[in-house]
Formats: sequence, structure tokens, C-alpha cells
Amino acid sequence: MIRRIVVTVLISVFWCGQLFAEDETAAGIQEYRDLLSDGNPAELWVLSGEELWFTSVGPKGTSLETCDLGKGPGVVRGAYVELPRYFPDVKKVMDLEQRLIHCRMAIQGLSYSDVTSYPFTKTGQETSEIEMLVAFIASESRGMHMNIPLEHAEEQKMFDLGEQIFYFRAGSHDFGCITCHSGDNRRVRLQELPNFRNQDQARKTYGSWPAYRVSAGEVRTMQHRLYDCFRQQRFPEAIYGHDMITALIMFLAKSADGGVYNAPAMKR
Amino acid sequence: MKISRLSMVFIAITLIFGLTGPSASEDINPEFKDLLREGLRTKGSVQLERFLSLDATQKFCSDSNVNINSDEAGQLMSKALQQIQYPADGSYLGDWTEGEKIAQSGKGLRFNDTNDTENGGNCYACHQIRKDELAYGTLGPSLYQYGKLRGYSDEVLRYTWAKIFNPQAFLMCSNMPRYGHNGILTVKQMRNILALLLDPQSPVNE
Repeated sequence: MIRRIVVTVLISVFWCGQLFAEDETAAGIQEYRDLLSDGNPAELWVLSGEELWFTSVGPKGTSLETCDLGKGPGVVRGAYVELPRYFPDVKKVMDLEQRLIHCRMAIQGLSYSDVTSYPFTKTGQETSEIEMLVAFIASESRGMHMNIPLEHAEEQKMFDLGEQIFYFRAGSHDFGCITCHSGDNRRVRLQELPNFRNQDQARKTYGSWPAYRVSAGEVRTMQHRLYDCFRQQRFPEAIYGHDMITALIMFLAKSADGGVYNAPAMKR
Repeated sequence: MKISRLSMVFIAITLIFGLTGPSASEDINPEFKDLLREGLRTKGSVQLERFLSLDATQKFCSDSNVNINSDEAGQLMSKALQQIQYPADGSYLGDWTEGEKIAQSGKGLRFNDTNDTENGGNCYACHQIRKDELAYGTLGPSLYQYGKLRGYSDEVLRYTWAKIFNPQAFLMCSNMPRYGHNGILTVKQMRNILALLLDPQSPVNE
């Protein structure tokens, strides 16, 4: 309850900060940036996610403490920097969000609909449990190096498919990932665009997701980032937690291999 | 129907000239196409099957090792140039104030847009245009003083129309959408955009 009040107050402060920045001059923008640099609200999602991880829920009344994110049951530390990866128990490559779908269904007995119907928090509505869990798990890899060896044939296959998605140009506008993310020093409006064919930029960008989005007042996951890229590319709607997105995440994660992971970060 | 006839022409050209390497007439790899078909769904006006039916240009430009100086690129570019439709009455310039609104708007053809949303051109996303609009992108070149620098001749009008209608006629695999060829903007909207760039009274040419 206290946390909820703290979250509400902090979000209100940041939201007011945002309005302020839009209306005032450069001095106002600087003041806003200083305010933001004081702390990252994503920490609140991390705390809630940690609590959720250890809470017994669902028909089986169990916590996620036995969930294997790739480094053994219950090991959260360092899991994110090695994802996506091949999981022998399900014989497929999964990203974190797919693995959470699997664990919550298998361990807690929740339904597919329970665990996939509300991945992204809507304005003014309750915070998505997925965003909290992902923020917590990601934070447990902070400071570690991205480590995507692609040793399993299925991992290589997903990487290859992800690379094809990256270069795929289609739809009414002929857009693809490559349209915005293949050149240096480019912007859309005022938003700087990382070049994913440049390893340093790929590392810095991939290593900053999930992130607290000031414009949304929410923590957004990599699945959400790509969902919204596809929307702006004039692609059809991406289905949450599908292998198609995991393939693209595999390509992006491998592009960032070796980089220092530093998320959840804070972004516009 | 028109597209499949076009692909037949390309298959014929490929057979006759024996072009090597990835060809525009080849379909995208079936496993990849299935992954897209399962991972995406129709929403709003964005139809999945239509999205998956790539035209020759999209197939060619989706190759990670694309060679935009190849013979095939040259053929695609000349075809694009031949297919450009110029305004029937030879009138290129509309209202620049309307053109400015189109250049500012990034709406239309996304899965969250409704069918009655008027499509924008979103020119500012990638180009500097008016000097007083500071929130411009840099994926494309600056268009500030577009007419002032190039003049207002019929040749410039015709080239600019064609470039917006189908940029693939001038630069293979250009990042710029084919506004006319793909029906993103209407003829009236294109005239208004041209006025923004080429009306001597437009603030772009101050």
C-alpha cells in the first residue's frame, strides 16, 4: 500500500516534469533532466517484480522460485544477459518473456490467456505483472556482459530468421528495421537512432532495455519496443510472445554480444 | 492481378538474361514467410496477406546483401520510372499551407489508424523543410530552400513530382516511401507537398 502511494506520487512528479519540459524554455528542460537524473522510477518496478517472483499465486499456489531461466531453477542472477537461449525441456529457443509465459503456466497453473492478455500497461490502468517481473529479472544482470554464444543449432536458426526480419522491407511504406537502424548519426524528428550494424551502438542500445519510458510513465520491455517499432513500420500487429519476435530479439541480442548490460534504463 | 502479371514479366526477363544471385522473381523463403504469417495478425487496415505479398522492389531490397548497382536494380529502376503518373492537366502546385500539414502528420496506414484517417506524409520525420520547424529528422537530406536553390523550372517540378511518386526510380532501395506508386498520398496531397517545396511564396523558399 505504501509502495503504491510512493509510486503514484513519484509518477505524478515525473509527469508534471514532462509537461513542464514541453512548455518551458531550455532552462526548464535542463531542470527536468536534473530531476530525472536523481533516480530511475524503474526501481519501483524492480521492487514490485521481486516481490511478485516470490509470491505464491495461481491454481497451484506456488511462487516462481523454481522457474529455470536458463541457469538452473530459481537462478535469476545473470539470466537476462544469456537470453534468448535454447531450453531443452521445451525443445525451443525462448526469450525472457516467452520463458515467463512457460513458467507461470507450468509452475503456477495459470492459463495462456492469464499470462499473455495484459503484457503492456495501459494508461491509467493497473501495472502489468509482466513489466514488473521483467524489470526485476533484467536488473539482476546489471553490470554483466551480454553472452549469446549461439551454440545450439536452434539458436543459430533463430538468429538467421531474426536477421531476415531485420532486413525485411514490406508494407505500404516499404519500411523495415533497416530503414532507421542501419546508418550512423541519424534521427527521426529529434529522436536519435541507433545503428544496429555498429556493434558499439547495438551494445549500448540493447543493453538499456527494458527501460522506464518517461513519455509513457511505464517500464517497457523489449517485446513492447519491437511491437511499437512494427506499428510505426506499418506492419500488421505483432502477437505477444511469438517466436517471430524472439527471432528478432535473438538477432539484436547477438549484435550486442559482449556489451555491458545496464538496464532497466530510463528513456524519453 | 496486376502484380502477378508484373512478376511474370520478371520471371521472363530472368530466364532470358540468365541473371544470377537473389532475384526479384524468387519468393521469400517459405519458413521465414510462415514465421511472419504466424507472428503477425491483421489489424485495422493493415492486412496480413497483402503485407506478405511483396512486390519485386520489396523482394529485391529485403536481401541483406543487396547490390543496388546490379543489372536487376537498373531494370527495377527503369520500370519504376516508366510507371510514374504525372498530373494529367500538367498542374503541379497546390496550397503550401496544406502541404505543411501533410508534411507534419505521421498518421495513416498503421494498425491503430482507422480507415478514414487521412494519411500524412510525415516528411519532417526525415527531412529539414521549414527553417522554423526544429523537430526534423536526418534520415533524408535537408529540403530547406528547395526551390530557391534549384529554381522553379518545369524540369524541377517534374523531377520532384516523380521523386515523391516513386523514389525507387532514382535510388534503388531508397528509405523513402513510394507515396504515389503505393497510393499513400492522393494527387491533391502531392500537389500540396510540391507547393510547400516549390511555391516561391512558401516559407521553405524564404
